[in-house]
Amino acid sequence: MSVDATTVRRIAHLARIAVSDAEVPHLQGELNAILAFVEQLSEVNIEGVEPMTSVTPMEMKKRTDVVNDGEIADTIVGNAPDTMNHFFLVPKVVE
Amino acid sequence: MNAPAAPHKLIKGATGDWEVVIGMEIHAQVTSNSKLFSGASTAFGGEPNSHVSLVDAAMPGMLPVINEECVRQAVRTGLGLNAKINLRSVFDRKNYFYPDLPQGYQISQYKSPIVGEGEVELELDGGRSVTIGIERLHLEQDAGKLLHDQSPTMSYVDLNRSGVALMEIVSKPDIRDAEQAKAYVTKLRSILRYLGTCDGDMEKGSLRADVNVSVRKPGGPLGTRCEIKNMNSVNFIGQAIEYEARRQIDIIEDGGTIDQETRLFDPNKVETRSMRSKEEAHDYRYFPDPDLLPLEFSQAFVDDLKAQLPELPDAKRSRFITGFGLSSYDASVLVAERESAEFYETVLAGLADKARDGKLAANWVINELFGRLNKESMDIASSPVSAAQLGAIVDLIGEGTISGKIAKDLFEIVWQEGGDPRELVETRGMKQVTDLGAIEKVVDDIIAANPDKVEQAKAKPQLVGWFVGQVMKSSGGKANPQAVNDLLKSKLGI
Repeated sequence: MSVDATTVRRIAHLARIAVSDAEVPHLQGELNAILAFVEQLSEVNIEGVEPMTSVTPMEMKKRTDVVNDGEIADTIVGNAPDTMNHFFLVPKVVE
Repeated sequence: MNAPAAPHKLIKGATGDWEVVIGMEIHAQVTSNSKLFSGASTAFGGEPNSHVSLVDAAMPGMLPVINEECVRQAVRTGLGLNAKINLRSVFDRKNYFYPDLPQGYQISQYKSPIVGEGEVELELDGGRSVTIGIERLHLEQDAGKLLHDQSPTMSYVDLNRSGVALMEIVSKPDIRDAEQAKAYVTKLRSILRYLGTCDGDMEKGSLRADVNVSVRKPGGPLGTRCEIKNMNSVNFIGQAIEYEARRQIDIIEDGGTIDQETRLFDPNKVETRSMRSKEEAHDYRYFPDPDLLPLEFSQAFVDDLKAQLPELPDAKRSRFITGFGLSSYDASVLVAERESAEFYETVLAGLADKARDGKLAANWVINELFGRLNKESMDIASSPVSAAQLGAIVDLIGEGTISGKIAKDLFEIVWQEGGDPRELVETRGMKQVTDLGAIEKVVDDIIAANPDKVEQAKAKPQLVGWFVGQVMKSSGGKANPQAVNDLLKSKLGI
């Protein structure tokens, strides 16, 4: 499996990462190197093997339905570049 | 796509009849105290970003831990929809970029949802019914809220809803017209509210529907569908479907083709319109969320929840019909809202003779009480007449202490002034007169005062009605109507 230049631009756009045309060939090379590395896994026969979800068998931890977090709006927006009355502000998006 | 052949509305076009095919995705907010994967509050409203934990804001290094109550709520809902419960399900990441989604992905369930196929039975007008298949139900996170009208250049982001648990309930494309679509949403909402798994408050957005609409010649191949997004009113859903079906038919009959697209319904113009075209089709790149193990539970866990389920509308409805002789229509009216059903059940519980007066009680709840509440734009929670008071009025009618007509006066007094109906009947002298001697005297007086009418009545027996009216009037409505009727007939010789 490998990606072409169009796919690289598309992936970048889906992740909202600005990628200039000059960067595309380089990124394409890097992505394809990663894919080629991962591709080695397809050599392993996994017929009848359940996907492993944890190293030792365990059940998912669950929480009880109590409110014990939140009410920290100052902290939540603390690092935001732009805020107003505890709202995050982002460049206008309208569908 | 062989939907049950229930009678449904076809739409006339220039080239003949068209059938509408509808499938729905309902997003129902799970009733829980805290969010699906964090301990922040789910309370509606609240100051901006107050009900937000570091998990909900997707701060680096934060890990989701699932709320066990949300799992129980999803299973309860699945059981209420007669659906298959999957003892193992998987959470996936649905990736997309938008400012209301700080993680950059929504945690959802894709290939392995918690609930599989089920069904919902709809009762339609005229005693018709139809079964709508449920494809699946899965758990997922809600997104935050964006405000666009606060500034000309910026959008405001509030993450209070971010991470609140939603159930997405997907129907099969079994719905065939706007009436069925409205009945489906209403029924689903009713089931959810009986179960207590979603408050069903559509105005607050607790229940939203995406509606997939396509048209075809009856029995023909499926047409291309359009999805109308995010509707939060049953009436809007009906209007949107009517409009959208007509729009598609007109395009096809004019030789055009339908583009598969997402549309929005504008309630003011009563039309759907295309959402500004996206630069590219959605590509969610689903993959299993590596932060979460598969969700697993035992059949015993499911059985335990099943044993504790409340009685659902369908079961309640048939119990009302078989137990108290209610009409199918009356029973449906009573069970449609959980509060109405509970009110009626409280009235029933207080009755001296349920078997005798259960149906009478239903008439009074529906016609007198609901009628009056509607007229005054009040809901049942604020009813000035309590279930106990209404039950007492029904008892008084049932045992023959007051007539139905006097009961209406009594209802009015209780509505206006309150008080114990039985006492009011005593103190205000509203008791029905069943003493034959007393009634006979009134009858004799009326007959004596109207010799001409007596003559006419001999030729025209229907005139007895006039006499009954006079006697009732003269007795202030308290005479037992049957006794009056019998006496008059024998005295007038008719």
